[in-house]
Amino acid sequence: MIEIYLDNSATTKPFDEVIEIMLNYYKYDYGNPSSLHKMGINAEKGIKYGRREIANFLKVDESEVLFTSGGTEGNNIAIMGVLNRNRKKGKHIITTKIEHPSVLNVFKYLEGCGYEVTYLKVDNSGKISIEELKSSLRQDTVLVSVMMVNNEVGTIQPIQDISSIVKKYNNCFFHVDGVQAFGKINCYPKQFGIDLFTISGHKIHGPKGIGALFVNKDIFIDPIVFGGGQEGGIRSGTENVPAIVGLGKAVEVLKKNFYDNFKTLNILRNKTIKKILDNIDNVQINGPDNINEVAPHILSVSFDNIKGEVLLHSLEQDNIYVSTGSACSSKRNGQSHVLKGMGLPISMIDGTIRISFSLFNTEEEIDYFVLSLKRHVNFLRKLIRR
Amino acid sequence: MERKYFDYSATTPVDSEVLNEMLPYFNNDFGNPSSVYSYGRDSKKAIENARYKIAKLINADAREIFFTGGGTESDNWAIKGIAIALKNKGNHIITSSIEHHAVLHSCKYLEKHGFRVTYLPVDKYGLISLEDLKSEINDRTILITIMFANNEIGTIQPIKEIGKIAKENNIYFHTDGVQAIGNTVIDVKDMNIDLLSISAHKIYGPKGIGALYIKKGIKIDPIIHGGAQERKKRAGTENVPGIVGFGKAAEIAYNNLDKNIQDLTNLRDKLIKGIFDNIDYVILNGHPHNRLPGNVNISFQFIEGEALLLSLDMVGICGSSGSACTSGTLDPSHVLLAIGLSHEIAHGSLRLSIGKYTKEEDIDYLLQELPKIIKRLRNMSPLYEKVKGGE
Ligand SMILES: Cc1ncc(COP(=O)(O)O)c(C=O)c1O
Ligand SMILES: Cc1ncc(COP(=O)(O)O)c(C=O)c1O
Repeated sequence: MIEIYLDNSATTKPFDEVIEIMLNYYKYDYGNPSSLHKMGINAEKGIKYGRREIANFLKVDESEVLFTSGGTEGNNIAIMGVLNRNRKKGKHIITTKIEHPSVLNVFKYLEGCGYEVTYLKVDNSGKISIEELKSSLRQDTVLVSVMMVNNEVGTIQPIQDISSIVKKYNNCFFHVDGVQAFGKINCYPKQFGIDLFTISGHKIHGPKGIGALFVNKDIFIDPIVFGGGQEGGIRSGTENVPAIVGLGKAVEVLKKNFYDNFKTLNILRNKTIKKILDNIDNVQINGPDNINEVAPHILSVSFDNIKGEVLLHSLEQDNIYVSTGSACSSKRNGQSHVLKGMGLPISMIDGTIRISFSLFNTEEEIDYFVLSLKRHVNFLRKLIRR
Repeated sequence: MERKYFDYSATTPVDSEVLNEMLPYFNNDFGNPSSVYSYGRDSKKAIENARYKIAKLINADAREIFFTGGGTESDNWAIKGIAIALKNKGNHIITSSIEHHAVLHSCKYLEKHGFRVTYLPVDKYGLISLEDLKSEINDRTILITIMFANNEIGTIQPIKEIGKIAKENNIYFHTDGVQAIGNTVIDVKDMNIDLLSISAHKIYGPKGIGALYIKKGIKIDPIIHGGAQERKKRAGTENVPGIVGFGKAAEIAYNNLDKNIQDLTNLRDKLIKGIFDNIDYVILNGHPHNRLPGNVNISFQFIEGEALLLSLDMVGICGSSGSACTSGTLDPSHVLLAIGLSHEIAHGSLRLSIGKYTKEEDIDYLLQELPKIIKRLRNMSPLYEKVKGGE
């Protein structure tokens, strides 16, 4: 049976190498890294390996990488951690309207705690305006949090331009949700002037339940979870050693062919766009046209006169898996806050699917997918017209 | 050299049945449970199945189980989540002085934010006094958090009695059951437990996954915000293989609970007896009977714990000087000090924790090596020479 998985922004299939090395740590090197004996030391070595791989890939210091239970926890720790530490410096914080819920809902929570929040608008390609950022920044702004790659449309934000502006404000920190960017495009948080950078394992063919946070060594954050003092006291709890090693392995595999991987994904994406536009009428590709401004693995497409959810289930009958928006919001009926923020009319938002690629996808799969897509779109449109 | 693992309280190997059950969720059913198509639905079902198995182990309802990133997060969530949710009702919390740092440090944090915390003392066995507990309760008390079983000395608290007191006074009762789960009967209904923290890697499940039991109807704030997972109480893409593994581990624990307790108790008592028969100047820490079936904690006078650990490690024996988390530091364990040990005696303590893969031969091997090591180390101790000379 053919199965075509095109929902790699929601989660990815772990590399075989990742699973293999994890099994080792479940079965044999199962010690607690805090233990002083050999078993503990072996586990500790696993953590060192994972940390080194990530640090090298990000071009940061090993001491600047700490492990979390995933992207959501990473975003929570980064934002609340830096604010709790710098309570007295100010009460104004800035983010965008199109962040992932693990950022947006933290900001909502913080509004309830007395913070004043500016939610930056985006243009119709999903990009924020540097001008608006400039005019929003104040002396009492303590944090700017902007995602590097949007999970629904793939738009890449001008992170370096943002950081150079934020840097002019001494009291202001810069957090970047890098969950969709990491492993796909160049992510060098230090070079880019980022103070805190979040990543997640399961989006890059690593395991679920593990993530990492880059914290620049010049800045200090408070923990949100207290306990045994692991991870420099910032994230207590027995370390998830197998998953840390698995994440390290995923990075090791990815970085070997980093540029080729990027090209492969771009080819898949471009081919999909071309075939869709060639074969189906009244469609719109969301996000930037310039391929340098969009992630290579995410493609958002809106079909006039179609319900995205119905289309999703039609494709599912052919064992093709896509999503309507982000996985997190796809269950709720609410309309995508991202597409709304980009100014799409409601009818188009309703007719949107997200196609997201991985290295496991092939060009043949794309051919098959677009054929199926065309058939279903035509069928559904006929139904509606009747 | 084959390693003899005596550190099951720090963490356990993953049961091969657990691993086999997890594997498909790495490989084939790797979908995101929040997705609406069948890939995602399969993992959703697997999660609910695991929730049910864990609930069964503690006699809860599946809807009362919420997954977390581990025992530490569960403790933090229970304590801070309740404190924040009930801050208008009161600001007083009662705990014990021998809790895990996940609980103690959460309480310390709350103290900095306007809460008042009472740390109940314990007797020489590590038991709190129910009378103390009753007398500390006042109309500002919102939470009692007392661990089920201690990770260092194994003492099991009178949980049912504590639950009864909490209920009579209309106060929420949280217990850290990380060490107790799978090693003693936990019945949240019978024991009036409102919140219970558990962690998979102590019961032959994977690391990085835990759960908090939250009794139906209890008001608690989330501490991690984001997507709508775990019925909006704990955001983050679910760790599906971890959850499935936790479920299987709970199922195995449930099916073998009585036998496991019996087997471990026999081995433990053999181990304790063997040490007392072969080595002098030893003290058993913790309660003689009300203790975890796999826990042995012994102080060896005139011995430095770290040196003992390293010597044991050289002959392939993995033990611990206190809890794994604190053994990296040189401060004596707060638990051993709380039961009244002096700094010196506390420093000479060894925790040996056994589990379901521990064999008689492992105990025999330990009993063969340990006296030799103790003898050698003591021969280097001037104090020991003096005491012996005085005999
Ligand atoms: C942009 C972005 N940030 C954060 C997250 C959350 O990461 P995790 O699922 O590992 O909690 C996701 C994915 O769900 C995401 O796409
Ligand atoms: C009693 C107790 N509570 C909490 C924890 C923390 O659990 P975890 O390591 O899963 O975060 C542990 C173990 O380290 C423990 O023994």
